[in-house]
Amino acid sequence: MTEQAIVEAPSDHPSDDAGEVGEERSLASDAWAAMRRNPMFWISATMIAIFLLMAIWPSLFTNTSPTEAVLSESRALPGDGTWCGRDIQGYDIYARCIYGARASILVGVLCTTGTVLIGGIIGVMSGYSGGWGDAVLSRIGDVFFAIPLLLGAIIFLVSLPDFFNDNYFLIVLKVVLALVILGWPSLARLMRSSVIQVKPNDYVQAARALGASPGRIVRSHVLPNSLAPIIVVATINLGAYIAAEATLSFLGIGLQPPAISWGIDISSAIVGLRTTPHMLFFPSLFLSLAVLAFIMLGDVVRDALDPKNR
Amino acid sequence: MTTTSDTTRTAEGNTPYVPEDGLLLEVEDLYVEFHTHDGVATAINGVSFDLHQGESLAILGESGSGKSVTAQAIMGILDMPPAVIPQGHIRYCGQDLLSMPSEQRRKTRGPEVSMIFQDALSSLNPVFPVGWQIAEMFRTHRGVNKSDALEQSISLMERVSIPAARERVKAYPHQFSGGMRQRIMIAMAIALDPAVLIADEPTTALDVTVQAQIMGLLQELQEERQMGLILITHDLGVVADVADRIAVMYAGRLVEKGDVHELYGGPSHPYTRGLLESIPRLDQKGQTLSAIGGLPPNLMHIPAGCPFNPRCRMAQDVCRQDRPELREIAPGRFSACHFAEEVIDA
Repeated sequence: MTEQAIVEAPSDHPSDDAGEVGEERSLASDAWAAMRRNPMFWISATMIAIFLLMAIWPSLFTNTSPTEAVLSESRALPGDGTWCGRDIQGYDIYARCIYGARASILVGVLCTTGTVLIGGIIGVMSGYSGGWGDAVLSRIGDVFFAIPLLLGAIIFLVSLPDFFNDNYFLIVLKVVLALVILGWPSLARLMRSSVIQVKPNDYVQAARALGASPGRIVRSHVLPNSLAPIIVVATINLGAYIAAEATLSFLGIGLQPPAISWGIDISSAIVGLRTTPHMLFFPSLFLSLAVLAFIMLGDVVRDALDPKNR
Repeated sequence: MTTTSDTTRTAEGNTPYVPEDGLLLEVEDLYVEFHTHDGVATAINGVSFDLHQGESLAILGESGSGKSVTAQAIMGILDMPPAVIPQGHIRYCGQDLLSMPSEQRRKTRGPEVSMIFQDALSSLNPVFPVGWQIAEMFRTHRGVNKSDALEQSISLMERVSIPAARERVKAYPHQFSGGMRQRIMIAMAIALDPAVLIADEPTTALDVTVQAQIMGLLQELQEERQMGLILITHDLGVVADVADRIAVMYAGRLVEKGDVHELYGGPSHPYTRGLLESIPRLDQKGQTLSAIGGLPPNLMHIPAGCPFNPRCRMAQDVCRQDRPELREIAPGRFSACHFAEEVIDA
């Protein structure tokens, strides 16, 4: 691990030039420097960039409309004028996979962001404060934790006003809301235990003894040292949220056609599982690649935040 | 970085803390209790001492005698609850730290009173470069900008004799050896020119040659900046070289207090005598080492009378009934033993 220090040393000559040493060395800039050297970062970043492009401008990738049904070619195999065949409605599967990226990526990314923010903040608050504040927050988390995902989501989605069915983003948003509300407690628990593990460390005590304010102790000492587990779990969860969205759609309460998502296509492919598996294969492939890309990125970020891995 | 604490203080001109007659810190009749599920443990039982500018006071005692708790109480970093301070005063430059609002007190930590911890390995934040951590002291307390703060950290690192400080300022704590990490911890602690520095067993985690270097460095810095140094240790060898005065703690009480040479020459409490006799000496090779039998008392059940009586070779009936108070047996010498005069002559 010391190679880095040795390798870097000659680059900033021990001169009197103050400007060179004065360069900013924050956690973020160091992490960025470490990531740039990691090929995994570039692979995952490229994949994520492609998926994002797909989500924003699907027409860049295909000229076929995902809602153009050619019923006479229902369940056509790949190769007959289409790259990935057609599904039971006669839709072009490739086009649907491309257009499905928007909803799936939106649900995955928004759910992950939402659960990390809510779970992370509540986890830090309860872990750092301890005492009755911790008890109250943890019990609130337990209440949500105890609700089964499907049951909770069904009740939540059914009881939402019709206003949420008005446009595409509101439909996605209501699925995201349901998953975030039911999903944050696991991340809060993880963050809380991680904070409790970091809090008694000597460097936190030392920071107090050297006059750091509570806010600064949390920002520079507790948070950076307790983030790693939540980053890893959050990126793995991203795939789980896309899958959960598929489950909800399958039950008819998540995204609804004409919305297009990988989850919807996966669930509608179940009917032809044995005869026409390509209907299941392609949307699943897109889903798996997207999840893989985010998990890889999560790993890279975690490694970059830990100086001992550099 | 050769300014003394005095010049920095006046140069800034905004500190309300000015020592009177060189008196920096005054601990008076301090009690600390820990309220646990099993009962109340009295960790500190009426401890009093004071500290002047440029003076080194060593607090000596076994594990669990309350020396670290004393340090944490002075710093105000005890976790309350479970800790409770039912009575006592800690005055810094005449102002009572215990009754101070917590925000005002927090601002004394670092620029006024500062502390070095036992294990430098774990006292540095593993995710930040050491230079960044030292610079943080300047940035948060003095609002110095990033590059100036980093320059000041480099000169501080040079001051605590870290070789190639300019190149190593960006290195992480795990890239340094134990002794170097303790030097960095010292640099952070003295960054803001504190008037009082508390060192809680600063050399325990280090090997012997490094111990000597670190103690030498502390002594040098203390003389240079005229700091008041409180050295908490169980190592009698470390104390002899550095300390001016010694306070010996046992079961949360001071049992003896006095000048280092007088105390080493003639201890006036059987506990101190026992401690000094338990140092192995080369000329006693082959003989059984004289150790103090038994264990320190459970702080929830401190024995009646003198807390040391169950382990004391000289204990008599009066020791089991009357608790001896700390009394002045000679100018500047205090002892909490009924038979202090006899012990000193023995």
